[in-house]
Amino acid sequence: MNLPAMKRQMPHGDQVIDETDRRIIIATQAGLPVTKRPYHDLALQLGLEANEVMARMQKMIQDGVIRRIGVVPNHYALGYTANAMSVWDVPDEKITELGERVGQLDFVSHCYQRPRHLPSWPFNLFAMVHGKSTAAVEEKIREIENVLGEDNRGNALLYSKRILKKTGLRLT
Amino acid sequence: MSPLESQIINELQGGFPVSENPFAEVAGRLGVSEEQVMSGIQGLLNDGMLSRFGPLYHAERMGGGLTLAAMSIPESDFDRVAAIVNGFPEVAHNYERDHEFNMWFVVATDKPEQVGNVLEHIQSQAGYTVFNMPKEQEFFIGLRLEA
Repeated sequence: MNLPAMKRQMPHGDQVIDETDRRIIIATQAGLPVTKRPYHDLALQLGLEANEVMARMQKMIQDGVIRRIGVVPNHYALGYTANAMSVWDVPDEKITELGERVGQLDFVSHCYQRPRHLPSWPFNLFAMVHGKSTAAVEEKIREIENVLGEDNRGNALLYSKRILKKTGLRLT
Repeated sequence: MSPLESQIINELQGGFPVSENPFAEVAGRLGVSEEQVMSGIQGLLNDGMLSRFGPLYHAERMGGGLTLAAMSIPESDFDRVAAIVNGFPEVAHNYERDHEFNMWFVVATDKPEQVGNVLEHIQSQAGYTVFNMPKEQEFFIGLRLEA
């Protein structure tokens, strides 16, 4: 699924999901069962027909409510212990083109445009970079510098020092 | 890590089918048996190499509010402010980073209009300016962590 850069805005009050979708989301937040027929088992648990569960999940994929279905690697366990948020000051009029190019680098896990807060925060392009060492991360930063060229008017690299809280996004 | 485990990590970060027998379909794609795919995923989950297996949801598309916010907190007051920020159930993640802006947290709310309120409460209880940095544009990601 190759989505173009997209605007976040979703009209308020325009409900994309209903109560049944919500129940499916809550039941799968921790994951899908690793069984031969996971959607049937999920349906059984929810008191729904398997076809309905699958149709609703397909629709949620189409609507972008589900980004993707698959495995979520544990960066740390795989040895990617250096995780840095790289932030860049690039011209606003070129940010869509530049953001798409940076997002396509295979070591960037998230890439967003966010607002500046001048004068203390001049950066508008955020790219999360993962590496097995700080040296590896710095090498990747140089690759981003190459992509941005003269449009890089300044940047900073913010390594994570400590996770203070991580609960994930939970529906209740 | 076995070749199959690497393959699962590299090739199954998306595209898991929604169908009657999805593991059998994946097995066909990878050229192994359904049982091998299932036990491979379960083993990686048990060993902590995977943090999850299943659908990844898009918070804003579910109708909720989401933002990233940052604060610049003096070292001497850091733990007090961290406790305040972490105490809000709407704060999903909070990271310390090595920068003048040293506290970075994600706020998720049931409704988009609640985000501003939560940030105001955090700012008044912490006594430091909260810089709101909501996503204005998201760029396509082609992430593959090589395992």
